[in-house]
Amino acid sequence: MNIIVCVKQIPDPEAPPASFKIDPATNKVAPPPNIPPVISPFDEQAVEAALRIKDAGGAKITIISLGVNLLRDVVKKPLSMGADELILLEDPAFADGDSWATAYALAMAIKKVGAYDLILCGRQAADWDSGQVGSCIAEILGLPQITVAKKLEVRDGKVKVERVTADGYDVIEAGLPAVVTVSNELGTARYATIKGIMAAKRKEPIVWKPSDIGVETAKIGAAGRRVKMQKLFQPVREGKCEVITGENEEDAAANLAKKLAEVKLL
Amino acid sequence: MTDNKGVMIFTEVVDGKLAPIARELLGCGRKLAGELKEELSALLIGSGVAGVAAEATAYGADKVYVVDNELLKDYRTDAFVGVIEKVARQANPRILLLGQTSTGNDLAPRAAFRLGTAVTLDCVALEIDASSKLLLQTKPVYGGNARAIFTMDTLPQMATVRAKAMSALTPDSARKGEVVTVDAGLDAATIKTNLLQKVVQEVEGVKLEDASVIVSGGRGIGGPEGFKELEELAKLFKGAVGASRPPCDNGWVPTSIQIGLTGKVVSPEVYIAVAISGSSQHLAGCSGSKNIIAINRDAEANIFKEARFGVVGDWKKIIPAFQAKAKELLGK
Repeated sequence: MNIIVCVKQIPDPEAPPASFKIDPATNKVAPPPNIPPVISPFDEQAVEAALRIKDAGGAKITIISLGVNLLRDVVKKPLSMGADELILLEDPAFADGDSWATAYALAMAIKKVGAYDLILCGRQAADWDSGQVGSCIAEILGLPQITVAKKLEVRDGKVKVERVTADGYDVIEAGLPAVVTVSNELGTARYATIKGIMAAKRKEPIVWKPSDIGVETAKIGAAGRRVKMQKLFQPVREGKCEVITGENEEDAAANLAKKLAEVKLL
Repeated sequence: MTDNKGVMIFTEVVDGKLAPIARELLGCGRKLAGELKEELSALLIGSGVAGVAAEATAYGADKVYVVDNELLKDYRTDAFVGVIEKVARQANPRILLLGQTSTGNDLAPRAAFRLGTAVTLDCVALEIDASSKLLLQTKPVYGGNARAIFTMDTLPQMATVRAKAMSALTPDSARKGEVVTVDAGLDAATIKTNLLQKVVQEVEGVKLEDASVIVSGGRGIGGPEGFKELEELAKLFKGAVGASRPPCDNGWVPTSIQIGLTGKVVSPEVYIAVAISGSSQHLAGCSGSKNIIAINRDAEANIFKEARFGVVGDWKKIIPAFQAKAKELLGK
């Protein structure tokens, strides 16, 4: 069983909203100072999904991450959680692609890895929230896709997935190889173990450049974009909250009820 | 494909009727088509959906493409992508819109790449650029911290649209429209996934999407017991209970009541946010509420920036006192 998980390094989405800034000169998000980047949480959950399959019946888990300035401590986290190999597509030519350009490079890297039964991605990266890379990889490789999974089970050459829907979930099955994108409903990803951290320290990632995976540079990164960004801005929040007080919390609560009755919201 | 014209809406059907999102998309599509002085079409895909065509016309479609086939009874990616590809190549729309639903967000990227174009998911605003005539696609990014406006040069320009971001037209049953039946041309062997079971997690009482009052709990509720108290309060207002992501991820409540970027989008009259800090990703699902009431122990919590009224303190003390007073005022 060979599992490939695609993960992305992003600015920490748990950083306080006040620290979020856009640099108007570059039309880019300025990374919050003193807050290190993280693996996108949905991708961590995809790693968790792979590890649960490994726990249940054994698997080799290969992590692929695409980007620039990939901090080794950050991108090695899946290794310290229990993944086996780490491949980095690290080159300026890979950077700033849209979903299509990114998925194309990832799909070509997956082809180069060769042995894969299951490809996992987060349902979306928590920076651009595009939510398409998994589907694009499936389309390029001609594989079945199941998106927004909360539970996966691999048996008899098939993957059975619980896919989150608006009012519950669908149970969907596909033959392997297949692409599955993982949602937060899967549950919290495990912590790295001390043993895992030590093992990850000793393991060096494999770094591939565009020429290593045979991609045309016109089709990857910023050059390969089909979707163009015209503007990036922060919506204005009004912030006109009327704070209801009282002698104590109970009193304040009663005053809130009175206030709501007064403005006919009760 | 240089002669692409018109706006096409993939109109989802639920229980034999147009889904609310489909009506909203037709309303939005009508406006865009009007600006382009082009046609608005609807695309109905399913089994036994031909009868819904009249509803699509009433909600604004000039033409309705109907693809009715037993293989299309349930949504399966490969089948629906194949049909969209076929109809889009036949009809050559300039713009193709879908809903940001569990079907739309699975279908749209794959259909877009099959057609050699691209798609922007989860848009909250769509406009035609006055000079370029391109579709300006506004989408929340960075968990709702920012918004980006995208365009694409490839055709059809595709987007999915978030629930309740657009308004439906008042249906007009006297409107006339053309119905075009298209053969699905499906080969069952190309459908690589199998739907084994559809599980509906029944939520008691009022549905979140329909509720005029929502009592929503966050991480600070601390466990499933706390949500029982919120349920009592919701019952008093004939409302529904919602949650931010952490209670769902921790299994305190079913995932189907999650409100936020990756959950449901709601816009009730009153949204009572209890022990919710107000992350951008949560606000993405509730900021359309008419009145947000925040109850949080942290006076600096982000939720107070969105709220109309707030109380700072421990919800365990505030909720029972608030409920007792509200009961008294309501004469119950």
